[in-house]
Amino acid sequence: MALRTPLYQAHLAASARMVEFAGWDMPVQYKGLIEEHTAVREASGIFDVSHMGEVMIEGPRALEAAQRLVTNDLSKCKDGQAQYSALLNERGGVLDDVIVYRFSPERLFVCVNATGREKDFEWMKAHANGATVTQRSDDWAQVAVQGPLAPALIEALCEPSVIDLAYYHFREATVAGIAGCIVARTGYTGEDGFEVFCPPQHAEKLWNAVLEKGAQPAGLGARDSLRLEVAYRLYGNDLDDQHTPLEAGLGWIVKLDKPGGFIGADALKAQKAQGLSRKLVGFKLTGKGIARHGYPVRAPGSSEQIGEVTSGTMSPVLKEPIGLAYLPSALSKEGTLFDVGIRGKPVAAVVVKTPFVTKEAPKSAAAVVNPKGA
Amino acid sequence: MAQYPDSLKYTKDHEWTRISGAVATIGITAFAKDQLGDVVYLELPEVGATITRGEPFGVVESTKAVSELFAPVTGKVIKINQPLVEAPEGINDDPHERGWLIEVMMSTPAEANDLLTAQQYNELVAGEMH
Repeated sequence: MALRTPLYQAHLAASARMVEFAGWDMPVQYKGLIEEHTAVREASGIFDVSHMGEVMIEGPRALEAAQRLVTNDLSKCKDGQAQYSALLNERGGVLDDVIVYRFSPERLFVCVNATGREKDFEWMKAHANGATVTQRSDDWAQVAVQGPLAPALIEALCEPSVIDLAYYHFREATVAGIAGCIVARTGYTGEDGFEVFCPPQHAEKLWNAVLEKGAQPAGLGARDSLRLEVAYRLYGNDLDDQHTPLEAGLGWIVKLDKPGGFIGADALKAQKAQGLSRKLVGFKLTGKGIARHGYPVRAPGSSEQIGEVTSGTMSPVLKEPIGLAYLPSALSKEGTLFDVGIRGKPVAAVVVKTPFVTKEAPKSAAAVVNPKGA
Repeated sequence: MAQYPDSLKYTKDHEWTRISGAVATIGITAFAKDQLGDVVYLELPEVGATITRGEPFGVVESTKAVSELFAPVTGKVIKINQPLVEAPEGINDDPHERGWLIEVMMSTPAEANDLLTAQQYNELVAGEMH
């Protein structure tokens, strides 16, 4: 039987349609995907992301150990700051994409994908180099509150204030009367907002408090269409151990020259020296249809498969079919035409710049209000 | 709950059919569109094409999922709902009327006798809700 998050009953109460995702019974939608998508783009939505896992890395050598595990450079991440990063195998393939929250050089908290709960933990433990690695996945529920109205909504529930937090910064706070929450200005929608980790026994209280403030419950369906409009990668679709972060367009989280290096760095250096043979690109279909995960990519008029669609949908904001695909580097330039095979027929597509939907980057809160003068 | 008109016939694949002489109008049921989520894309056969009972004749897609359409009866397509192809969200509001998909001239009108009644379809759907 599929696992249930602490918010399972709350989803049923909100008339969610539940589906199995990565072994979890999760809400795919409540009122309707497009309505939920629009609520997040224009107002605020709340997502249950408690299926994601958490791992704590602690000890006098925690920072040093964590640096070896992830591609990004945690020495550039200050205490109270979070960093998007990836775990790689020795061949440079992506084991998972993660967010590392740096409490201190002796205490780093890693949020992993649902599929990584066990495997990432075991892998980090096996390569921990003397740091203490602890499985904390069952100790935390997590909700994402996203949208232009989300920051004020969360701020109204928090003590101390969190509105001054800049993008990818976090703070421990009491939220809706629940002590010991972690509030981070992060998200997976391209909107401003917060993600809140909370003790699982209080998850429903937090959920209800956010609903009372007017957020629309939003399911995995809207989460997927929102993230794809801003071309955020989804592990298992756009990222996997058969592709490197360089091929996936995540070079910005790969710091090959950081002190001490990291697992997989040698393979990436070799790949970089050799040049990338394929790249993940954004595309739009100019012909009719919707491209989906796994559909074949061909050169125009050819029947030979040269790549693969990794994600695709009808963009609720653009009302156009968009997607991500791995293409040979020679065909990865903006404006390049190719075909996607849809039910045996070639449908014309064009490489476009991402993100597909451009929003102002979530403002550094300091520019908006700065109640603490900090 | 009983939103399935008695005037229509149904399939276990969640298509409805309105029979008028030898002409069958075909669509998808409210249950199908609820399961699929907001419909955003439709692929239908061309006028003149032949569809065969039980075989796929088109595709309906939501933002999230792709679903094949299965022919309730055999026959030749005589009309398609072109405005709906251009604005498929019409299905979401009114699947049983404005959301019709195609009209078919049946080659074997007796096939219609094998379709489910509204009551039978209601029972089927009640079973699938669990």
